[in-house]
Amino acid sequence: MEKKKKRLVIRTIILAVLVLAIGYTVYGTATKDKVELLAVGSKAPDFTLVDLNGEKHKLSDYKGQGVFLNFWGTWCKPCEKEMPAMDRQYKVYKDQGVQTLAVNIAQTDFEVQNFVDRHELTFPVVIDKTKSVMTAYNVGNLPATLLIDPDGKVAKIVTGELTEEKIASYMELVKPK
Amino acid sequence: MENIICACGHSNPYGTKLCEKCGRPLTEEGKQTKVVDMRYDGTAIRSKTYNKTVIDKVWNFFSNVKVGIALIIITLVSASIGTILPQEMYVNAPEPSKAEYYEKVYGFFGKLYNSLGLSNLYSTWWFQILVGMLAISIIVASLDRGLPLHKSLKNQRVKRHESFMKRQRIIGEGQVSNPDETLDKVEQKMTELKYHVRRDGSALLAERGRFARYGPYINHVGLIIFLAGVMLRLVPGFYVDETIWIREGETRAIPGMDGYFIKNNKFILETHGDKPQDEQTNQGVNVKAKNYQTDVTLYKQPEGAIPGDIDNLEKLRDYSIRVNHPLKESGFALYQMNYRLNELRQMNFDLVNKATEDDSLGQIEIDLTNPKKEYDLGNGSSVQILVYTPDFSGFENGEPQTKTSIPNNPAFLFRMITPETPKGEVSFVEIRKPPLEPLGENKYRMKFAGAEMRNSSNFTIRKDSTIPILFVGGIIFMIGVVIGSYWNHRRLWLQVEPNGRVLMAAHVNKNMFSMKKDLDTVTTFAGLPPYEDQLDKSEDVKKSTKKKEGDNTL
Repeated sequence: MEKKKKRLVIRTIILAVLVLAIGYTVYGTATKDKVELLAVGSKAPDFTLVDLNGEKHKLSDYKGQGVFLNFWGTWCKPCEKEMPAMDRQYKVYKDQGVQTLAVNIAQTDFEVQNFVDRHELTFPVVIDKTKSVMTAYNVGNLPATLLIDPDGKVAKIVTGELTEEKIASYMELVKPK
Repeated sequence: MENIICACGHSNPYGTKLCEKCGRPLTEEGKQTKVVDMRYDGTAIRSKTYNKTVIDKVWNFFSNVKVGIALIIITLVSASIGTILPQEMYVNAPEPSKAEYYEKVYGFFGKLYNSLGLSNLYSTWWFQILVGMLAISIIVASLDRGLPLHKSLKNQRVKRHESFMKRQRIIGEGQVSNPDETLDKVEQKMTELKYHVRRDGSALLAERGRFARYGPYINHVGLIIFLAGVMLRLVPGFYVDETIWIREGETRAIPGMDGYFIKNNKFILETHGDKPQDEQTNQGVNVKAKNYQTDVTLYKQPEGAIPGDIDNLEKLRDYSIRVNHPLKESGFALYQMNYRLNELRQMNFDLVNKATEDDSLGQIEIDLTNPKKEYDLGNGSSVQILVYTPDFSGFENGEPQTKTSIPNNPAFLFRMITPETPKGEVSFVEIRKPPLEPLGENKYRMKFAGAEMRNSSNFTIRKDSTIPILFVGGIIFMIGVVIGSYWNHRRLWLQVEPNGRVLMAAHVNKNMFSMKKDLDTVTTFAGLPPYEDQLDKSEDVKKSTKKKEGDNTL
């Protein structure tokens, strides 16, 4: 009787391990090609970038505040469309502890400055010259927006254009309590 | 499931075919045949033993050799279907238009092939489950057969019952005058023939090449290790396959290699001769490339630096990446994959009076990687760039738009200031087009005066920590195959009773010829009675034992 029980346990374990391995393989392959940003709930990788005024912005310096992190480029139409709304909401929420940071993907200072002037943007705009932050955040399609809560954790990831209501609700989401 | 009690008193597990102790056949079928089935040495295949719970039923399903063979055939057939048309990743078309590519190139069949998912067959869930089930089948079937076989071979007794011996393929019976001397002589000769000889009273067992029986199990272990290695590629950190485009002069973070940066110093394309020659011109073939090379510098961030922090990059080394000479660094390798020639890097313009044309008030050089707001030409003239679009695509609400960030079609909105026109004139200049003058007729214009180009390189970044595992798996697999194919398990049982009666039997799992050769030597030397091959006899015997003639490798 003992022997039978032991055999059943061993068989169950072996089959379970193999089924898990197959499950992992199928799941892993299915999700491999999708452009995945970071996982919601994980810690947002720290980074430091320089804005157009030569000022350094380090993500961890904003600990205790929410951060609206937006990746963009001047050639990207939806990015351009959401910028004015982002700026209006930035003005509303900056005094409530939500910082806005726009990361440009490796364009020239001239183009970025020109863009900022044209749209009269007031939030800090940094340029990721070596695409290293883009790589760390695994950003593929633009625009990509990450909401980072006051603890430095990723609260939400959105790709594609945002409406002003959405922007406001996301800023509300990461507002320090 | 009750145990089977053999006539010798030994209790065998249910399903046993030949008594573990004395070798008597236990099944009715076994008792009636002339030559017993020696596969797995007559042990009980475990799957036949228990069949009560769901787990047991699943286990038994995978333990079944027929199921295993069916899985192999299904896998083989579907894998070969995947080779009919090229798989998606090898199709030379941009990602979104791959579906159209299949239809365009291969017609209706191509469309069907693609829509059935066969163009990405090896990544489909069903193919992976199929391979996974094959792996389960290999493991379960090997455990079920290998372990009992091992146990039985390890615990072999020297003395076997007459009914076992008489049902071997090779048997011999007769009389000798001196039993002890015969046994000694057989032992001596068989030891000389590199057999392992054991004796138990009047019985003798000579055995050689037992490890050959483990060949199939060893190659199964190799296969499983190989499959595990392939699976590990999906585990983060084991397998990296990234790609990067980098222009001359640029420094970029290397995807997949945290903290590493690479600078493209120069891309070099060398060809065999500058112009196509003879046959090349006749056939319209371009000059042949001799060398693709990118001179790079590899940098690393200091320990603890975060992304974007590029102030203190440490230079690791300079290297020339060429085909087959990747840049290697801590398990990663960067391969030269592709290149793009002649992307605009700098554009020069002369500020000229439209009337006189040739008199330049000065030249500006616009570095497209860092355009300036204003270029002072001295003599009271200057040029301002109001707008720069690297890839001009038209106007929208009066604003020039850019399609991409790459300078494929640069366009500028200039303001030209000269002593004659101190307020400035505005001109929109697009490459290879006459300038637009949105604010009225101008006196001056920007005349294109040459450009500088730069090249881009495309690298693939690879890391594959599973290769050693694949190697080990492959080597073990081959060892198993070689052992199972080139060695065979030979056994001779001999009983010489004190009255001189000799009973002998021999078994070999393959290559009967080798066994007979050894038997010829030993029977001559020790004066044993001649042996006979029970399968070499008349037709009727052959019929009854035909199915036993298979390759009993296992």
